[in-house]
Formats: sequence, C-alpha cells, structure tokens
Amino acid sequence: MSNEGVDKGRRRLLIGATTAMGAVGAAYVAVPFIKSMSPSAKARAAGAPVEADISKLEPGQRITVEWRGQPVWLVSRTEQNLGDLETLRDVLTDPDSEQPQQPEYCKNATRSIKPGVMVAIGICTHLGCSPTYRPDVGAEDLGGAEWKGGFFCPCHGSKFDLAGRVYKGVPAPTNLVIPPHKYLSDTVILVGEDGEAA
Amino acid sequence: MSSLMNWIDERFPLTKVWKEHLSEYYAPKNFNSWYFFGSLALLVLVLQIVTGIWLAMSYKPDAKLAFDSVEYIMRDVDWGWLIRYMHSTGASAFFLVVYLHMFRGLLYGSYRKPRELIWIFGVVIYLAMMATAFFGYLLPWGQMSYWGAQVIVNLFAAVPYVGPDLAVWVRGDFVISDVTLNRFFAFHFLLPFILVALVFLHIVALHKVGSNNPDGVEIKKGPKGNRWSDTAPADGIPFHPYYTVKDIFGVGVFLILFSAVLFFAPEMGGLFLEHPNFTPADPLTTPPHIAPVWYFTPYYAMLRAVPPMFGSQFPGVVVMFAAIAVFFLLPWLDRSPVKSIRYKGPLFKFWIVVFAISFVILAWLGMQPATSLLTNLARLFTVVYFLFFLLMPWYSKIDKTKPVPERVTD
Repeated sequence: MSNEGVDKGRRRLLIGATTAMGAVGAAYVAVPFIKSMSPSAKARAAGAPVEADISKLEPGQRITVEWRGQPVWLVSRTEQNLGDLETLRDVLTDPDSEQPQQPEYCKNATRSIKPGVMVAIGICTHLGCSPTYRPDVGAEDLGGAEWKGGFFCPCHGSKFDLAGRVYKGVPAPTNLVIPPHKYLSDTVILVGEDGEAA
Repeated sequence: MSSLMNWIDERFPLTKVWKEHLSEYYAPKNFNSWYFFGSLALLVLVLQIVTGIWLAMSYKPDAKLAFDSVEYIMRDVDWGWLIRYMHSTGASAFFLVVYLHMFRGLLYGSYRKPRELIWIFGVVIYLAMMATAFFGYLLPWGQMSYWGAQVIVNLFAAVPYVGPDLAVWVRGDFVISDVTLNRFFAFHFLLPFILVALVFLHIVALHKVGSNNPDGVEIKKGPKGNRWSDTAPADGIPFHPYYTVKDIFGVGVFLILFSAVLFFAPEMGGLFLEHPNFTPADPLTTPPHIAPVWYFTPYYAMLRAVPPMFGSQFPGVVVMFAAIAVFFLLPWLDRSPVKSIRYKGPLFKFWIVVFAISFVILAWLGMQPATSLLTNLARLFTVVYFLFFLLMPWYSKIDKTKPVPERVTD
C-alpha cells in the first residue's frame, strides 16, 4: 500500500474523531453497569421507618430495633445517668455535638428529644462494628471509677457515653449517629422519619 | 507422531513455545530452595481454581442459604469437606508461599533493573490476590465474614466527600446484605481468571529478561556456550528437565506439609478458619473481637495504629494502602551497586532483618485486641516498616558492599 498523496492531517483527524466517538459510546455503555450496582428499588424500599414500643423499657435497660438493616438502640437513662453526662465534658471529643451526627432537634445536652430516652444507631463511627452496651458504672476494664456507663466497641476499643458521645483518644472520630425519629405517643417511637421535610 | 507435530507446528507454534520456554530456556544453574515458591504459587493458584469451581457446584450465594450450604458441603456432599478444606487451607498456603516468594525477591534484588516490570506485575498479582481473598471471605456468611466485610467496606466510606456514597455503591445496599453477598460471589469467581492473566504477563516479562539468581549475576552478560548450545549462557541450564524436576521435588515436600495441615489442623487453631465464623452472620451483634485472617493482619494493625485526624479515619486508610503501594517503588528505592544480599553490606542486612521482624510483629498485633500498649507498639512498627523503604535510597547507597564475582558461584 502506498502512502503517497495521503492527507496525513485529515487521516489523523478522522482517526481522532472516530476514537473520541468510540470512547463516548463506551462511557455511555458503562453507565448502566455502574448504576446497576447501586441499591435496587427493593433495597431502597427496605429503608422504610420502623416503630419501637418503649412502654416496657425499664430504667437502665436497652432495646434494639432494626432500621435499614442497622441496629437502633433505645436506652432508658436514669437520673443518675443524666447527672453523669454533665461530668464527662472534659474526656469527650465533641461534648456539644458540633458535628452534624444528629438531627437539629437532638443537638442538645442529652442528644435526644426526651432526656430520659436515648435513640442512636448502634454502629461505631470508626469502621462500623456494633459496640456493646456497658451500663456497669466503674467497670474495671474500662477505666474503673471514671467509667459512667456507655458503649464500648470491641473491634478497636472506641468508647461512647450514654448519649453516644465519643471519648477522646479512641479510633472513632465522631459521636454515634442519632437517626431521625419522632414520638407517635408517649411510648411509641417512629425511627426513620421525623415529619420534617425529607 | 512427527507428522502430527508437523501438522500442528504449521498451524500453531507448539514446538517453538516448548523450546523457548522450557527445553531451551536457560535459567541460572545456582537456584536454591528460595526458588521453589514461584512454581508452588502457580500450583496453589490452580488448586484454588479447581476446588473453587467444585465448591461453586454446591454453594448458594444467598444470605438465607449461604451459611447452611457451606455446612451442607461439609457434611452431606461426598468429599465436600475435603474440597472445602483444600480451598480454605489453600488460601492461607497461597499467601504464605507468595510472601516467601516476595521475600526471595527482596533478598536477591530480583526487582532491580531490568526486572522492574516483573516486580510490578507481581505487586499487581498480590493486590488481586488480596481482593480475591477479601471477596471470598464473605461467602461462608459467618459472623467474621460479615463483620470483616463491614469493616473493610467502611474503609471506602472514610474517603472524603464521596466516601459514604461509594460504600453504598460497593455494597449495593445500606448495609452488608444479600445483594453484597451475591456480587462478592461474582467477583470472587471472576478475579482468579484475571490472576491467571496477570501470572501469564509476569512470566512473559520474566522470560524476556531471564531469571535473576542468588548471586544477582546476569548470566546473559557472562560467557557463552554450555553442554547444550554454543550460544546459550555458560551458567545456564535448560529449565526442562533440570528445573521441572527440581520443582516437582518442591511440590512433593509442599504437598506433604499441606496435607498435614489439611487433615490434622484445617482450622489452624482459628488462624485459617476463625472461630466466630462458625456462627451465622448476625447484623445486630458484633463478635467481641474482630480480626481479619492472618495474611491481612499486618495492614490491619497499621490501620488501627493511625489515630483519626480532622474528624476522619481516612489517614489510617491511606497509611494501610500506602504500605502496599510502596512495593511498587522498590525498584527505584534500592540504589545499591549490587543486587544480591550476598554482596550487600551490613546496613542493608540490618534493615531487611528489621523489616521482616516488623512485618511478623505487625501480623501478630493485628490479631490482638487493641490496648493502648499494643496500639503504641503497632505505631512503632508501622514507622519501622515505612523507614525500611523510605530510607533505602540512603542506606543502600552508602552501604559497604562486597565485590560481585564474574560468574555465578556453586
């Protein structure tokens, strides 16, 4: 084949344009493949809110409900617990909940709607393990007298108080997440919906 | 017979390939026992693919059925227990063999010019192996499978800005779920074939430049002429039959050890098959102590060692991946005038010993619960691990090396 009399600039333009069109086509074809890995309609629907009945929750007790496949804790805090929360300020990373880890209506001293009831997603903000509930004040393995009850993550040793606030010097960077929730009655909480504009 | 070979050779270069890569491929004559691990890695790869396909015949990638289907393989499928233990023991054997194979490369400078690409393909193989092992570990759908995957997928969530969406995309759900299990099965099935392709490239690159050896002498630059050919390197011997026979002996020894583990200690005291994984996955309860399988623990220890910065655990994730990525740079970090440890000076010998010890200690630390003492130890050894690489341009250059002989030694 002879290359004589070939317009090289024109040839390069045609090759370039064809390649570019091919790349655009490939990019479009990639979209359905990437999108199909996102949560399906079924998975999105499973994120519907759940109701939790706290009428049988004794002081100091915790129950767990499942929302979006995650554990949501409901803890009944005692007067003693609420008093202790105030004393922990110095050992916490974010005692005033400055990080947006909770809805606006829970950005208060107890990170809750009602001081006596804690609602939080039971997933450690470090790498997603579920911390264990350790209400035993003064537990030897958790710092003795300084421990006022709370949650301990067995995976990497993060500690949270009974408002889900993270201790200083542990791997978890932020407080536990408070899910959107609202009271349907005095004893029934709807987790996953707060009636505000979504 | 020869007419059949002629018929094939006119259509496919069978004899040519046989000669170029086996019967007339001249490898240095001074290989030692460190050189068993390359062919053993290939053997284990084949073993994993074959046993994996057989397991897939009875396994069900469904969150409701997966755990039970593994127990079904163990109890009801004829010889299922053997195939499953071969696969689970094979995974650990694969990493053990590859770690020794990589250490051989470190000892004899097999990553140095002109073998940089062989080394880089090797590191990519190592990464692909880790991905394969990670996807595979979710499949039994036990507690450790579940929470291990939860921790690793959350590493993606630590990436600034796009992280949380990225983690949801990887899982295909808001938590590790049936969707995640199903896609991990697909990836676990796919990746081994990509591994085969990468191994092919690794060997093509190796055969282009020829093998290194314990002396780090380039036999192609030495004198020519041996018993088989006047033009082949004098210090080379044909790969077949000399090294094929040697490797078969290595395979024999390996299979004895492998069988001993397979039949007498397939769980290896919780090291190869972790105890919490005998409990089905429960998204609402984390086991009291989470640790990855032993071959990931050095990097896991590093991940835990880095404290959160700017309200994010991303720095730990970066350190963990950097610990693997730094291997890519190795060919350019080593400035020593010699390749092999045999002729390197005391500085390099000191650092390679310190590096090996750090790696083993980090592996142990990654299995332990995090206490403040152990976390500080992990921090120390993470720093040492990186210093081995980052100081190498300096200490390998000023090190007092010995003269390298002209020819390989016996």
